[in-house]
Amino acid sequence: MDRIEVFFRWLHETQRMNFTIGYDAYDRGRFFVGLLTTAELSIICIVLSLLVGVTGAWVQGSRSALLRNVTHGYIAFFRNTPPLIQLYFFYFALGSILPQIDAGGGLTRPPISGFGWAVISLSFFAGALNVEIFRAGLEAVPRTTVEAAEALGYTRWQSYRHVVLPLALRVSLPALGTNLVNLVKTTTLAYAIAVPELLYVSAQIWSDELNVREMMNLVLLSYVAIIAVLVWILHHWERALRIPGFGRP
Amino acid sequence: MATVDRASEGRGGFAVMLPFRLAPRESSVWRFADWISLRAAVVLVAGLWLGLAVDAFAASAAAQPSILSLMVKWSPVLFGGFLFNLLISFLSMAIGTAAGIILGLFQVSLRIPLRRSAWVVTQFFRNAPWLVLLFYCILLIPFELSIFGRTVPFPDWIKAVFGLSLPVMAYVSEFVRGAVQSIPSGQWEAAESLAFSRRKTMTMIILPQCVKRVLPPWMNLYAILTMATPLVSIVGVQEVMTLTRAALGAENRVDLLIPIYIYVLSWFFIYCYPISRYTVRLERHFTVIG
Repeated sequence: MDRIEVFFRWLHETQRMNFTIGYDAYDRGRFFVGLLTTAELSIICIVLSLLVGVTGAWVQGSRSALLRNVTHGYIAFFRNTPPLIQLYFFYFALGSILPQIDAGGGLTRPPISGFGWAVISLSFFAGALNVEIFRAGLEAVPRTTVEAAEALGYTRWQSYRHVVLPLALRVSLPALGTNLVNLVKTTTLAYAIAVPELLYVSAQIWSDELNVREMMNLVLLSYVAIIAVLVWILHHWERALRIPGFGRP
Repeated sequence: MATVDRASEGRGGFAVMLPFRLAPRESSVWRFADWISLRAAVVLVAGLWLGLAVDAFAASAAAQPSILSLMVKWSPVLFGGFLFNLLISFLSMAIGTAAGIILGLFQVSLRIPLRRSAWVVTQFFRNAPWLVLLFYCILLIPFELSIFGRTVPFPDWIKAVFGLSLPVMAYVSEFVRGAVQSIPSGQWEAAESLAFSRRKTMTMIILPQCVKRVLPPWMNLYAILTMATPLVSIVGVQEVMTLTRAALGAENRVDLLIPIYIYVLSWFFIYCYPISRYTVRLERHFTVIG
């Protein structure tokens, strides 16, 4: 650890590259908290947006016209309006009408934190596209396959669970991957409502230490690295789930 | 398509001789979907106006300006901001597309170092968050440049335009690469047998065929870019979001928050929704049914 600190101090003093997180424990702590917050935000949003997607695709296939219309409206609205204004709408507008919670000592606090609103807003945003992706996947499953399952005595739910869903998931995986990568990129929007994620803490560090150039490059590389890891995971998942006999090996 | 048309028109003719085709079901489904969303939008807007009317009634009793009058008052300012967003989106799209086509052609170049480096650049800018790229351009491009002894000022909004055009460039580059690679190799071979040079094959045979493949995702990208323009408010460029926040600050009314955000959101919706509908239709139109 000492060697690393010595190296970064040397870099700062002789090469004029001031990576404070290399030798300053406080900045390093902040930076890693930001990294963790980004990871946490991304993972929670990915899981919730997948849930929204599956639920929405299921609702779109339901018999109730009202439910289908509501889902359609939800998708159209969230896909055609700016995610940043959606986030502001959730955080400032909806946040303002919620009752405050007593935090003790005569203080009050909002019932949902900035992090919470970011999770809600981003999950709905990415979920809208996931609905369409899953629905396209469900539609791509050949009707004959479902009929074959029925002929073998599968019930509706069984054929959905064992035949339709596994096939639909594989069909929708490439589009899903793109959307999830986009979602992780969109978590930077949480900066706007002061959620201490990677970009926000980095901005704090560069305003304290005046090392904009170094931090900016570091942030850009960190995000590209995070995305690269996600792309790698998705790529392997896709290969593991590959349907034999389809596409190139 | 021709068969379908004949089948629907030729009731008096030998309809039996024609292959049996269902009426173009997709288009009616989409028309229905359009109608549904139109109805949803109407309900939403009507609800908003009803709410505003009730509010105006209550406000006249409480002797403070109604929400509606405040929104009407701020509309010209906000709309000016919105037009500025559109200007940013046009410029970014133009710069990004021009740079992206060049980068995309580098990606299919025969020179391996050029192809590899173009690939790296594309992947890098495609995977970097838009907001981080914006920060990068705003903070690291100097505010003025001196070219041949003359100083050219670089205002923030121009830097933001460059910042937004970087991811656009990367996406367009991928579109071009994908489209060029999706052209059957028979086209290349046929051109070669007719003694076309590589450059001529590219400009006269391959690229014209790419246009219709690239157009739908390109339009979709434009809609995404337009929806990303409010990001420039975070880096300090004054546009519709900045002005909305200013209006909210000036009026200091908690009950104005929800209507005004929905109001601004619906502008973007009205602008972007037709683009995405048209994209879907175009995609359908260009799909080769085999």
